Amino acid sequence: MDEAPAGTSGKPLRTNAPWRVVEGFGRSTRAAGRYAAPGNAEELALLLRQAAGERLPVTFRGSGRSYGDAAHNASGLVIDLSGMSRMLSWDPVRGIAEVEPGLTIEGLWRRTIEDGFWPAVVPGTMRPTLGGCLGMNVHGKNNFRAGTFGEHVLDFDLLTIGGERLRCSREENPDLFHAAIGGAGLLGAIGRIRLRLKPVESGLLRVEPAAARSLGEMLDQFEERLGSADYLVGWVDCWGEGRGQIHAANYVAAEEDPLGPASLHVEKQGLPARILGVPRSQIWRMMRPLSNDIGTRFLNLAKYTHSRLGRAGKTYFQPLVAFSFLLDYVPNWQLSYGEGGFIQVQVFVPDPAVRTVLPEILRLCRKQGLVSSLGVLKRHRPDPFLLSHGLDGWSLALDFRVTPDRRERLWELGRAITGLVLAAGGRFYLAKDAVLRPGDFAAAYGERGAAFLALKRRLDPEGLLASDQARRLLGPPQAT
Amino acid sequence: MSLRFTKALVVGASSGIGEAIALALARSGAAVAVVARRGDMLAKLEEELRRSGASAAFSYAHDVTSYEETPGLFERIVHDLQGLDLVVYAAGVMPEAAEGEYSFGGDRAMVEVNLLGAIAWLDLAAPCFEAQRSGTIVGISSVAGERGRRGNPVYCTSKAALTTYLESLRNRLSRYGVNVVTVKPGFVDTAMTRGKQGLFWLISPAAAAEQTLALARRGSSPSGFVPRRWALIAWIVRNIPSFVFRKLNF
Repeated sequence: MDEAPAGTSGKPLRTNAPWRVVEGFGRSTRAAGRYAAPGNAEELALLLRQAAGERLPVTFRGSGRSYGDAAHNASGLVIDLSGMSRMLSWDPVRGIAEVEPGLTIEGLWRRTIEDGFWPAVVPGTMRPTLGGCLGMNVHGKNNFRAGTFGEHVLDFDLLTIGGERLRCSREENPDLFHAAIGGAGLLGAIGRIRLRLKPVESGLLRVEPAAARSLGEMLDQFEERLGSADYLVGWVDCWGEGRGQIHAANYVAAEEDPLGPASLHVEKQGLPARILGVPRSQIWRMMRPLSNDIGTRFLNLAKYTHSRLGRAGKTYFQPLVAFSFLLDYVPNWQLSYGEGGFIQVQVFVPDPAVRTVLPEILRLCRKQGLVSSLGVLKRHRPDPFLLSHGLDGWSLALDFRVTPDRRERLWELGRAITGLVLAAGGRFYLAKDAVLRPGDFAAAYGERGAAFLALKRRLDPEGLLASDQARRLLGPPQAT
Repeated sequence: MSLRFTKALVVGASSGIGEAIALALARSGAAVAVVARRGDMLAKLEEELRRSGASAAFSYAHDVTSYEETPGLFERIVHDLQGLDLVVYAAGVMPEAAEGEYSFGGDRAMVEVNLLGAIAWLDLAAPCFEAQRSGTIVGISSVAGERGRRGNPVYCTSKAALTTYLESLRNRLSRYGVNVVTVKPGFVDTAMTRGKQGLFWLISPAAAAEQTLALARRGSSPSGFVPRRWALIAWIVRNIPSFVFRKLNF
């Protein structure tokens, strides 16, 4: 009886690994491929050796939170690392955690918050694995101030397809350190990560909301707060000329914390079990009938009206979890988009071009009759990672429901938006992407992209580490 | 709406219903890939497929019990056909079993060909079709799977298990737009039935193939008898009380 975890029996993978269909988080892309789920570093190393021996293309997968096809591998091998989820060590004095790649952000903060440490950079959900966060070099609402996830990584082990285990830090293998962070798993598996967390005196943030009557006004409001806010995020009503609401937030000093030290307790960081009387787990079902143009127009208008009439301008305290992980308020919210799922187009535009390019994108969407159900604005800063999306500029994330009759037009719109962003010298985010084409990668990443590919040829000369996204962006692997 | 198959794979195509289905698909202009154990017959069949109108024809010699070959061969076929929209599993054996004979060798062959071979191929077709949100799987089961008869216990067992496996596939895949078709032929004039006594309603493999494809083209994941009148026999057989059934001689 073979009771080893999926695909880890040691038998040839091409003939014995189970097959699975894996989807992107947006559920608009999927692929069938071989699947393996190692439980520890030894099993992972064995899988890599086997895959290399069988010349089987490999993709790494964590929680499956990349929206597009970054963790798909049609007919190849998907190695699911979410089972390698131990916290290897935790230093509560210096705030340094050593973790396996499959530990999630949730697993991390639950362990560290009572010691007064919070992950320095988190995306809008706590579900991703830290290996995934590193591979995609994720950002949060504090990108303009704290940088990307990679800036808080001290070192990690890179397991190459050639069987090497390379320790990467700013001092040791610095070229690989800056390439593998944000490298979408194309250089090797992440076997172990050491990262520094941020000390916090309180489990609360002081949040200041403000309504904005236009995108221009929202950009002004951001700029006014760039020097003082720790977090900044803008919700953009794409039906309403870019009007919306921003939320600025700051860490709270111990003496200002209305709850005192108790605010750092895990139980003070929960999300509400019910929203408007409905269990959180069921809310996506109520959202589903509203995930069309009429529904999203209504929701955006209602939210904007509320921001104008409600407590706009009045500051309030909010737990770190509640502010940071807005996407987790509604579990399975992606299902509300229906069978066809959705895509998110997140564009990164240099600061000088933002006031022309973002309105142009919103106009283009309206002209095509494909208006985003939700727009999210953030401010960013450059970072030293080769494939990073980080630049001195802004990002706008746009969600589009995919239906059979909209699908082709949406991809066309995505390409048109890509053209506008590239012309402005902008970039993209591989964790979200489903629409870019080969030329777009070269145009967006230029010399940094070429340097990345040179490193990849060195570590993976046969191009065995390749996802569907990588094949879409880079073409078929070029053996050297 | 009737489905049209353009890229089809038939496993177990060197004779009988499988061969007839491959030829019928060729006549409809599909690109057809055929897989069978008897390599000597495959070249002839491939040529005949082309002559019959197949837009492309490929043949592969393969023993369905060589399970380790199946994934690589499946991928090669999908590559050669440049896609796939129909898989027919028609491989089946029924070694002679005399009254009172128990032959593990023969029984094992039936399970390995009729059931495990189907699982080896269709476990690959299923995720492929689930991912593409379309496709048709046809399994040639048998009326013999309706009831455990005294005549050939393991043949009945293998076909009953195949029917159940196909039902599970249907329940897994129909929500993704995949059409899973269970075909239960009665007596078909093939090598398997040649020389057997007491056959009735015997139809030609070509007729069985046409009816099978007609069922598959419905697209609604049907399960049906070929020819249809076997449904009545099957209903009666299913409803004979056990204490009576055990006294019968078929």
